[in-house]
Amino acid sequence: MACVLLFEMRMMTSDEDLAKAAAGGDADAFATLLARHYDRMFRLAFRLTGRAEAAEDLTQDICAALPAKIAGFRAQAKFTTWLYRVVVNAAEDARRRQASRDRAATGWGDVEQMRRAEAAEATEAMNWLQQAMNSLPDELRETLALTLEDDMTHAQAANVLDVSEGTVSWRLSEVRKRLRAMKQEELANE
Amino acid sequence: MSDELDDLKTLMDAAMPAPDAKRRSENLDMAQKSFAQIQGSRVGTRPTVERGFLARVTEGAKSMLNALSHRGALAATTAVAAVALVMIVPQTRDIMVNPTSRSENRAAAPQVSALSSETDLADELPEVALEEPVVEAPLAVEEAIAPSSKRVQGFAAQGGTTAGLLGGVVEPSIAPEQNTEAFSNGETNPLKVTAEDPVSTFSIDVDTASYSIVRSSLMSGHLPPKDAVRVEEMVNYFPYSYPAPEGDVPFRPTITVTPTPWNEGTQLVHIGIQGAMPEIDDRPPLNLVFLIDTSGSMQDANKLPLLKQSFRLLLSELLPADQVSIVTYAGSAGQVLEPTSASERTKILSALEQLEAGGSTAGQAGLQQAYQVAEGMASDGEVTRVILATDGDFNVGLSDPDALEDFIAKKRDSGTFLSVLGFGRGNLDDATMQALAQHGNGQAAYIDTLGEARKVLVDQLTGALFPIANDVKIQVEFNPAQIAEYRLIGYETRALRREDFSNDKVDAGDIGAGHSVTAIYEVTPVGSDAIRNGPLRYATETAPEGSEELGYLKLRYKSPGATDSQLIEQPILLGQGVSNDDVRFSYAIAGFGQLLRGGEYLGEWSYDDAIALANESKGTDPFGYRAEAVTLMRLAETLSQ
Repeated sequence: MACVLLFEMRMMTSDEDLAKAAAGGDADAFATLLARHYDRMFRLAFRLTGRAEAAEDLTQDICAALPAKIAGFRAQAKFTTWLYRVVVNAAEDARRRQASRDRAATGWGDVEQMRRAEAAEATEAMNWLQQAMNSLPDELRETLALTLEDDMTHAQAANVLDVSEGTVSWRLSEVRKRLRAMKQEELANE
Repeated sequence: MSDELDDLKTLMDAAMPAPDAKRRSENLDMAQKSFAQIQGSRVGTRPTVERGFLARVTEGAKSMLNALSHRGALAATTAVAAVALVMIVPQTRDIMVNPTSRSENRAAAPQVSALSSETDLADELPEVALEEPVVEAPLAVEEAIAPSSKRVQGFAAQGGTTAGLLGGVVEPSIAPEQNTEAFSNGETNPLKVTAEDPVSTFSIDVDTASYSIVRSSLMSGHLPPKDAVRVEEMVNYFPYSYPAPEGDVPFRPTITVTPTPWNEGTQLVHIGIQGAMPEIDDRPPLNLVFLIDTSGSMQDANKLPLLKQSFRLLLSELLPADQVSIVTYAGSAGQVLEPTSASERTKILSALEQLEAGGSTAGQAGLQQAYQVAEGMASDGEVTRVILATDGDFNVGLSDPDALEDFIAKKRDSGTFLSVLGFGRGNLDDATMQALAQHGNGQAAYIDTLGEARKVLVDQLTGALFPIANDVKIQVEFNPAQIAEYRLIGYETRALRREDFSNDKVDAGDIGAGHSVTAIYEVTPVGSDAIRNGPLRYATETAPEGSEELGYLKLRYKSPGATDSQLIEQPILLGQGVSNDDVRFSYAIAGFGQLLRGGEYLGEWSYDDAIALANESKGTDPFGYRAEAVTLMRLAETLSQ
């Protein structure tokens, strides 16, 4: 374990050191950092939005915002915690904007059509996944999307969401309960 | 336990697309350029160290910016740069993430339009715009915090009255930054259509913490956060004298069906469960290990000092055969009182007196030690319990909440139970309290006054500490021929799967000696004007004929120590039972709790109605609990205006 850590330290500057350097204006550090975490951001964006296209857009938005945001990184949090928080907030902003636009411009009919077209393409399992994610209230979905990341501890997720660890585990048990109920409903309908 | 999540993760991993390679490199480029631009706008304040290819590309723009020193001109130039950025990536215009409008703190700043903030950013970036969060925003914000965070907006949206009214109220004694309370609750149980979902299953709940939290909020001049209100805990806070069981059965359910106070078109099905009260003198010896939080925050008068007073009250109720031990965690650490017979009062009291809150939180294996001590004290035929007293610091030695719950559940199965007593406000982690007590077959209670301490520790000593029936589950099947719709009032956090009812491996709540537990359903008879869900066009509406029963009540429980459950069954009939003060008072409290949660199903029914109903059904009220509830209703009425 210690060996691995040492090795990693030699090979790679830590996220936090890179972020601090980037906050201080080091463009190379910023480039390294962003390249290192791009896929991670994308994965979380996908879990939060549920659609590849939306995840691409969201990741792009975050890339546009990060150069300014990084200056605010003060190394009080783990870099990934900070970054996840940025992603979760961005997703929420996008969703809110999307919601107000849907109401203003397209209305539910169009959304429904879009949804059907998408559903036709998706496999059954994908359908289920989307339905499951969509059925969750935002807080539960955020919590779930975060904790599905490999190596994500409840403590870190709690940090990202600014809630207690107990709340994270309560929310996850709530998610389980709802998934269970969903499956039961399906079984009953078959 | 976690199969659902594992399944979902597998699906999610399979569904996860790879990020588009082209867009990836475009995005990285774009970010790099914009990074360089922002750095460029800051020259003069800090040296730049760009060396890469992109840096060279932007060199020109930078030197131009270097040449400009006038502040206004600088802002103008970066505004151009911001526009250029939008042109490079036209898709971002619509849902551009605003770089400054949201800080990383969840208590977010107001929205500013993307372009104007780009300009501001160039001016103010290094000083103001991008502060790292220092204050952690709590999940369920205490009343004192202005409703600017999205969590509070959540309350406002669901609860209607709550957050808006709290906006102006600031309690100076509770500073927002100290406040990290978290409450456990679910969405209000929805109305179910009997034809679609005739079966309702839940675990009983004897906790009372929610009522005390509501009281403490109202007494300090705020409406409680909606999520802090668990209706069933408010109802179950009060002692009721439902008909006692006869013979060997540990408890007895009594069903009463009456019209609903808040809806003419519906009926309330009241299920009152009364636990048997064994003779106090015959009770088995108790082994109590107090696990006491001595972190610095416990020194407030309503925490450790109140705990000491409560403890003295409890001590006077114990018998010489009982044993007490004290273990502390956080601040000071370790066993402060070895297992001692309750008759050695002086020794126990002096150990108690020496308890001091202070010092930083020292994480140590407090919980494990407490259980170790408890196991050392246990012998056959005795009841062993760990009582955790804290103001919200659950740094008991196991930091992973799942591991903590598993640990407590395992100890429960080996015969050591856990109760949790919450003290003080500001950091109370109600969610964790609930979770731990539920896993430990114990009661979670919140102690805010000496009176409450007496109620929890002394009046209910026997009930809280001697379970007479474990894993008590209730399942009600409604008859679609009689009942069109139903909803369970409260018990949101106690729902069970239908099949869990007969699965003896699934844990549920426990009934202690003398406890009474109340569950209330609001049911809408077939043909009533109050039916909310219209008939379906394509469903085959063949109402089953015959039975006059409204539904069928099933109860499962295990005798203490047994692994197999026993079943009690009883039909529910129209007009069954006789309404009395106990039943009506429980309705008043159920209505009160629902009003505090937003009163979704109450129509025009108001605090005034709740007060009237509670007043006329107060009965003898020997301890004044019910009179106090009326006072709280009045307070809530005033605060909600």
